Amino acid sequence: MANKRIDEATDTETVGHEWDGIEELNTPLPRWWLWTFYLTIIFAIAYMIAYPAWPLIEKGTEGMLGWTSRGQLANEMSVADQARATVRERLARIPIERLPDDSDLMRAAVSGGRAAFKVNCVQCHGAGAAGSKGYPNLNDDEWLWGGDLRAIEYTLVHGIRQHGDIETRFSMMPAFGRDGLLTPDQIRDVSSYVLTLSGKEEQSPAASRGADLFAANCVVCHGENGQGLREFGAPNLADAIWLYGSDREQIAAQIDNPSHGMMPSWSGRLDPVTIKMLAAYVHSLGGGEDFVEVAADPAIEVDEQP
Amino acid sequence: METVLTRAGWWLAALLIAVVAMAAAADSGFAIHMAIIALAAFIGLWVSLGRTDYGALARGFLRTPANPGRYDDDPVRWGIVATVFWGMAGFLVGLYIAFQLAFPVLNFEPYLNFGRLRPLHTSAVIFAFGGNALIATSFYVVQRTCRARLAFPGLARFVFWGYQLFIVLAATGYLLGITQSKEYAEPEWYIDWWLTIVWVAYLAVFVGTIVRRAEPHIYVANWFYLAFILTVAMLHVVNNLDVPASIVGAKSYPVFAGVQGALVQWWYGHNAVGFFLTAGFLAMMYYFVPKQAERPVYSYRLSIIHFWSLIFLYIWAGPHHLHYTALPDWAQTLGMVFSIMLWMPSWGGMINGLMTLNGAWDKVRTDPIIRMMVMALAFYGMSTFEGPMLSIKSVNSLSHYTDWTIGHVHSGALGWNGMITFAAVYYLVPRLWERERLYSLRMVNWHFWLATVGIVFYAASMWVAGITQGLMWREYGADGYLVNSFADTVAALHPMYIMRAFGGILYLAGACVMVWNVWLTIAGKLREEKPMSDAPHDPEADRPIAVLAE
Repeated sequence: MANKRIDEATDTETVGHEWDGIEELNTPLPRWWLWTFYLTIIFAIAYMIAYPAWPLIEKGTEGMLGWTSRGQLANEMSVADQARATVRERLARIPIERLPDDSDLMRAAVSGGRAAFKVNCVQCHGAGAAGSKGYPNLNDDEWLWGGDLRAIEYTLVHGIRQHGDIETRFSMMPAFGRDGLLTPDQIRDVSSYVLTLSGKEEQSPAASRGADLFAANCVVCHGENGQGLREFGAPNLADAIWLYGSDREQIAAQIDNPSHGMMPSWSGRLDPVTIKMLAAYVHSLGGGEDFVEVAADPAIEVDEQP
Repeated sequence: METVLTRAGWWLAALLIAVVAMAAAADSGFAIHMAIIALAAFIGLWVSLGRTDYGALARGFLRTPANPGRYDDDPVRWGIVATVFWGMAGFLVGLYIAFQLAFPVLNFEPYLNFGRLRPLHTSAVIFAFGGNALIATSFYVVQRTCRARLAFPGLARFVFWGYQLFIVLAATGYLLGITQSKEYAEPEWYIDWWLTIVWVAYLAVFVGTIVRRAEPHIYVANWFYLAFILTVAMLHVVNNLDVPASIVGAKSYPVFAGVQGALVQWWYGHNAVGFFLTAGFLAMMYYFVPKQAERPVYSYRLSIIHFWSLIFLYIWAGPHHLHYTALPDWAQTLGMVFSIMLWMPSWGGMINGLMTLNGAWDKVRTDPIIRMMVMALAFYGMSTFEGPMLSIKSVNSLSHYTDWTIGHVHSGALGWNGMITFAAVYYLVPRLWERERLYSLRMVNWHFWLATVGIVFYAASMWVAGITQGLMWREYGADGYLVNSFADTVAALHPMYIMRAFGGILYLAGACVMVWNVWLTIAGKLREEKPMSDAPHDPEADRPIAVLAE
């Protein structure tokens, strides 16, 4: 300890050790540092008295405030549930056909449906419900199975091609190529004809050959002019909306060996009110249709969706 | 001759075991790893038996000075080269995954997807870049401050090469999909066992050198290095207790399951930050800052109090990674209050570093290496304040699982660990290769500014991204429903992700400047430039006491 000296620049004594030229000053602990350290310790002790902190043999101490993270969660959830309770009760009581009559309730249902859609539906239908190849766009006015509130709710409840739900929406286009119902040449001709339906191709000899094949094989589901038939979930082939693509290869592939999309039946997963809200939201997206029988009765005013 | 034969025999045995394990491998990943080990053993065998003087070749390649000093600095020189090399690899992968997050199309299945590259990035920067820096500087510092040569020189070389093998096995494993899925502890059981062997050897070399010291007292830097080595050994062993599914297969199953497993993992994960990235790098700070500033350490008393309070408190803080999870409330409370008490002990290191500049503050203007150290300490102080703040449960309920955490980690990693390591590299390279000075001090200044601006972009964009994300997740509409879907929040963060990647470009550019500067310094070149100030070096005084007495 013989080497203690006063450092000139700071006027502080060194400790007297030296390692490879490094010395150390004997500066006392900064007071603000020490007191802040003490304060954090006092805070820690107070916090440990107030909240669950010390593990004992059976369980930990419970803290003076009686706080638990599970309790906090249950509280917050019940406050949120209570805030929504009235609306949910009214939604549970009202038949979906009558929902459009009540603008306020309809708005609340759309808002709840939007939230549920973001959790359950965006994975396939996309955040903007615009769909993608194989997943229908819910913003347009083409509906495979119907676009009024009840039809949408039915699709939600029973799903599409769900085994185990006998009421599920079910359609099965034959695999014309794979199962040898049509030859590759014939499939080319039918594709040409289908493309003329929406004006994507001009009339041609191939298309007129295809027209005969279409009449023999396809009309039964897709209808005389390919306008589709909701009863069978058969899409309209004469418009610009295509679930599996609109170019020649994609159409031919769908005739050859069609894709059959599925949608879960939500009845076991979501409660009826949430399903009703989802139906209202999807209906509000732009393509929602009025009830045929309701609209036909001039005595009932229809609350048109924008 | 006998020793050559013995050594060759051991290499041959290792080679044969690796080949047998490769042939019997239960999965292809394990087979590839055994092939890598066999290759390493074959190189070892070749070097032992070959007549060529490989040592001389390596010295020529690395341009080791003719009179390599009186301390055992070869492993230090290799370690510095490895630090710079792995640093570049780690930064490059980091930049790439930052772009992957902004543009998912950059994911290439299966080897180059985010899930495999992310651990490659974290392990490359923490364990390869940081680990090599810690091993190299600890070997340098412990010799100088003990005035003794390294104990067990052969073992020290084994530590260096063994650690590189660990890095190669870990890194290739990630790309092959070999992982035990524990953050910062991804390598599988056989790599863990290997690292344990290397680490025990490291401890033996370090403690052996301290025991042989010619100084009466142990310098504070060595306390921190020793705390780092000992605690990391304990953490590594406990968190990697597992049962291999097959002795010739890569897969294993952990001993701890469920919430116990999570707690052990974050006890490990948090203290990897605490003892690897904090204690170890504080050790670097305690040597290089006073040396470069040529000033005495600010307070001996503060160094004692903050050392013991830091290592006592840090080890309990891990549960704050598991707020609002299945972890019992009492454990969450303890994790939080220990983190808050940790604030001042952490800041003790910053105070001791910054106040060491008392009487030499003018050097911040004139010495770019000092400037780098000051910025490192500033970021250290900022992130050790941010850490306790984020551990408070109400703050954590907003910040947890968001990019705020990523920003916090990077202000510490890029700012503190990166900057202090760069400063140490700049300090060491001219001394280790006996050059008059660095190739260019002005380029150090360029590196400083590129890195600093890069960190500002990185941290600021991640703060904004994290808080945006947290607020969007919890946003309730007037009707009582969540407003945003997860995809909405991802879309909102896109501009922030691009800004973060831009920050990464700047940081990597700074590191490229460092590579250039270090390379030319080793090559012995000097850039003609307006001089800046630097700490002087006396090679004559840089020797062990025993030699001095001769």
